Amino acid sequence: MAEARYTVVGGGLAGLMAVIKLAEAGKHVDLLSIVPVKRSHSVCAQGGINGAVNTKGEGDSPDIHVKDTLRGGDFLAEQVSVKGMCYAAPGIIYLLDRMGVTFNRTPEGLLDFRRFGGTLYNRTAFAGATTGQQLLYALDEQVRRYEADGLVTKYEYWEWLGMVKDGAGRCVGSVAVDLRTMEIRSFPAEAVMLATGGPGIVFGRSTNSVINTGTAAGRAFIEGAAYANAEFIQVHPTSIPGADKLRLMSESVRGEGGRVWVPRKKGESRPPRDIPDADRYYFLEEKYPKYGNLVPRDVATREIFEVCRNQGLGVGGKDGVYLDVTHIPAKVLDAKIKGVMEIYEKFVGEDPRHTPMIIFPGMHYSMGGLYVTFQPGKDDVPEVNHPKNQATTVPGLYAAGEVDHAYHGANRLGANSLLSCIYSGMIGGPAMIAYAKGQEKKAPAEVFESARKYWVDRFEQIRKLSGSENPYQMGAELGDWMTENVTVVRYNDKLKKTLVKLAEMKDRWSRVNVLDVSNNSNRTLSYVNQLWNMLELGQLITQCALLRDESRGSHFKPDASLPEPKTRDPREDAEWMKLWQVRNDKWAKTTVARWAPNGPEVSYEAVATPVLAPEPRWYA
Amino acid sequence: MSTPNEGAAGKKHINLKIWRQESPDHEGRFEEFKLPYVKGANVISCLMEIQKNPVTADGKKTTPVVWDSNCLEEVCGSCPMNINGRVRMACSSLVDKLEDPITLEPLSKFPLVRDLAVDRQRMFLALKQVKAWIRIDGTYNLGPGPKQPQGNHAQMYTLSCCMTCGCCLEACPQVQPDNNFIGAAAISQVRLFNMHPTGAFTADERLAGLMQDGGIQDCGKAQNCVEVCPKEIPLTTSISAMNREVTMKVVRDLFFEDVAGKGVGGPG
Ligand code: SF4
Ligand code: SF4
Ligand code: FES
Repeated sequence: MAEARYTVVGGGLAGLMAVIKLAEAGKHVDLLSIVPVKRSHSVCAQGGINGAVNTKGEGDSPDIHVKDTLRGGDFLAEQVSVKGMCYAAPGIIYLLDRMGVTFNRTPEGLLDFRRFGGTLYNRTAFAGATTGQQLLYALDEQVRRYEADGLVTKYEYWEWLGMVKDGAGRCVGSVAVDLRTMEIRSFPAEAVMLATGGPGIVFGRSTNSVINTGTAAGRAFIEGAAYANAEFIQVHPTSIPGADKLRLMSESVRGEGGRVWVPRKKGESRPPRDIPDADRYYFLEEKYPKYGNLVPRDVATREIFEVCRNQGLGVGGKDGVYLDVTHIPAKVLDAKIKGVMEIYEKFVGEDPRHTPMIIFPGMHYSMGGLYVTFQPGKDDVPEVNHPKNQATTVPGLYAAGEVDHAYHGANRLGANSLLSCIYSGMIGGPAMIAYAKGQEKKAPAEVFESARKYWVDRFEQIRKLSGSENPYQMGAELGDWMTENVTVVRYNDKLKKTLVKLAEMKDRWSRVNVLDVSNNSNRTLSYVNQLWNMLELGQLITQCALLRDESRGSHFKPDASLPEPKTRDPREDAEWMKLWQVRNDKWAKTTVARWAPNGPEVSYEAVATPVLAPEPRWYA
Repeated sequence: MSTPNEGAAGKKHINLKIWRQESPDHEGRFEEFKLPYVKGANVISCLMEIQKNPVTADGKKTTPVVWDSNCLEEVCGSCPMNINGRVRMACSSLVDKLEDPITLEPLSKFPLVRDLAVDRQRMFLALKQVKAWIRIDGTYNLGPGPKQPQGNHAQMYTLSCCMTCGCCLEACPQVQPDNNFIGAAAISQVRLFNMHPTGAFTADERLAGLMQDGGIQDCGKAQNCVEVCPKEIPLTTSISAMNREVTMKVVRDLFFEDVAGKGVGGPG
C-alpha cells in the first residue's frame, strides 16, 4: 500500500516540532538530518524562550509581546505570524513543561521567568544556561517515541541536495545523499519541509555550528524558492574569538558590571593588568555616559567594530577588545555568572576572574530566509490547518525555523528564536497535511529518476575536480570577505567589491581540488557542493545589503542613516519625523529575491500592518 | 605567565599523530602532522587547519581527516575521541593543556566509520529500549505541567544535560563492541524520567527496559564512567538508585504474581 509520506529536513526545534505534529496526525515522516538530530544547532541557544505568562504580576500580555517583537524588528516582521506566535507562546511553554523540560522553578514550584533585551517584562522561561539543549531534548524524546511506534523514519547523516519537481513545478520529493555510503536516492513526499537553520558558516566563523552552511536554503533558492530579507544578519556584540568558532559570551557579564576597554595606545605591548587606568580607553563608558557598557546590542557591536577596524585599537592590533571583570571579587562572580566564567576558562584556558577576557562581535543569526506566507484568520493570527502557512513560493515546499524569513524582521529579540522555531514547526506540519489533501496523488516515476540522476552526475563531476584551489581555504576566504564587508557596518563601495570577489570565487570554484575521491564518508565531496550554495547565498546577502540604502535594525549604513533626532522622544521632533516618514514609505518593505543566472533579482513588497502601524524605534 | 600573543613555553609547532583508516575493511595507520602553533587552538581547530592543507609532516599529500563535530562548545555531544589515550571531547581539548605530540584515535567501543568517526547508534537504541520520554497525551493546549520543587529541578537539570556523547560507554569495561550493554548514560536517563511527576506514572516500563538483555545487571560498578563524563553527571549515583528501583520492582512483581497468580506485563 502506498502510504502518504512527508519529508522534514533538519532535526532542530522547528523540524522536530513539525515531525511531532505530522506523526500525531498519524502521518509517516521521513526525517533527514546531516547530524543525529540530538546534535542539531538548537542545543547552542542559552538564554530562554519568551512567553507572556505574566506570573510576576507585572501586567504582561501577549499583546505587549507582539508589540515588543514588531518594534524590535523595526516593522519588517510578518505581523500575522508574529501575533500568532506571541499568543501561542504561553501554551507552547506549558507544552514543553509537560514534556519534561527542566525549566527553572520558583519557590512555589511554578515556572520561573527572567528579563531579556528589548522588553520591560520578566517573560523568558529558562532551563539553566542551556535552554535550547533542554528544549531540543524534549522534542527529540517525543520524536523517538513516534519512531518506536513506526511513524517516523530517521535518516541521520543524510544531506538534502535538492527538490524533485513534477511537470507542473510542484515539489513532490527530494534527493539526498548518505554521507557515509555516499549513496544518492530520492525521497517521494506529499510535501517537504526545510527546517535547516541559518547560514552562519557563510561568514566563516560565527556563533553557529559547523553544519549551518545554509546549503539547503541556497539550493532551494536556486531551484526557484524566493528568499526574503537576506540582508538582515544579527551580530552579537560579545563572543569569544576562536580559531574554529566564535563562542557566545552572555550579556549578563556586562549586566554584572563587566567593563569594555582597549589600550589607548596603538601597538600597546603590556599585558592588560599592567596597563594603568589612565592608559585604558573605556570607549562605551566615555561615549555613552548614561548607558555605559549596557548600551543596546547593535550599538555595542558597532562601537567595538569601530575601535578595532577604523581606529586600529584592537588588542594586539587585532580584532578584539577587553571585557574586564577582574575588578569584581571572584566570589561575587562565582555566585552570579559562574557558568559563563567556566565557558571562557574551558575554551580559552585563562581565568577571566584574573585576566581580562578578549571578546569581539560575532555573526549570530539570520533574520532573513526563505520567503513564506500565512493565511490571516480571525483576530489577525494565522488560520490553523491552512496550506498557505509556512509555504514557500514553490508549491509543496515548506520552511520553518531560522531558515524562514518571517518572524524577526530587521532584528531579532533575545529568546524569541526558540519560540519562532517551535511555533513555525507547529503550524507548518498541519499546513503540509492540508496542502496534500488538495493535490492529485501520483507524480510520474521519471521525475524522481531524473532528479536522482542529476545529482549522481553532479557528484561525479565534483569527484573529478582536480584543480589547485583548496575548497576549505576558499570557504575561509568567503567567510573573511563576508565578515569584513557585510556584517556590522556596511558601505556601498565595499559591498560592490565583495560582489566582484564573489563572482571571481564562483569562477574559481570549478578549479577546486576535491582532495578525496573515496566512496566512504567523503565529507569533502559534500563540502564542495555546499561551497557553491554558500557562494550563492553570499551573493544574495551582499546584493540585498547593497540595494537597501538605509539603516534599519541590524542593517547599518553610515552613509544612509537618518540624523539623530533633536528631542529624546523622536516623535516630538517634527522635522525629524518628516525624514522618518519619507524613509519609512520607501523602505519599510520586505526584500524579495528570486534567483537568476546573473545574480539575484530583487524587488520590494509592502509589509501588511494589520496588527501595528510602524513608528520610530527608540528605547530612551 | 603567558601573554595573549605568546604560546605556552614559547611553543612554535603543534605535532599530531592521527589514526587514519579509510573504512572498517581497510588497514589503519597513524599519520603525523605538524602545524604552526596558534594560541587557543583546540583539537578540532587543528583538524580544520589540516583540511586547508592536507599534507603530512613528511610532506606527503593525504586526504582531509574525517571526524564528527558540530557545536564546538561542548553541548552537542558529537566529538569524543581518544586523545593521548584518554576519552574526551575534542572541541574542548585545548592544545596548551595536552602533551605534544597529540595522539588522536577513534572511540574503540563503537563501529568505526572512517578515521576518527564512529557509529554511536547503540546509544540512541538504548534510549528507545528504556523509553526515555514522558508520555504526554498530545500537543494540544492542556495547561501547565505539574508543579515541581526547586531541589528536584536542580538534580533533574544535571541529569538532563547528558549529551549522549558516549565517553561513559567508551571508558566502561562492561561495554564491548560485540555486546549490547546499554551503558551508564541510558541508566541515568531512566532516573531522570522516573523522577518527573508525570514520568513516574510509567516508571515500571522504563525499569522493565533496564532489566532486559544488556540491561543494568551487566554493570560491574567499576565507576570508570563517572570519571570521564564531561558534564560531570553523577552516573554511579544514578546506577545505584536504579539498581534499588529495579530490585524493588522484582520484589513487587513476585508479590503480584503470587497474589494474582499471573505474570505482569513484561518489557513492552
Ligand atoms: S559503573 Fe562501571 S560497569 Fe557500570 S556503567 Fe559505569 S563504568 Fe560501566
Ligand atoms: S553521561 Fe556523560 S559521558 Fe555519558 S553520554 Fe552523557 S554526557 Fe556523555
Ligand atoms: S562539537 Fe559539540 S560537543 Fe564537541
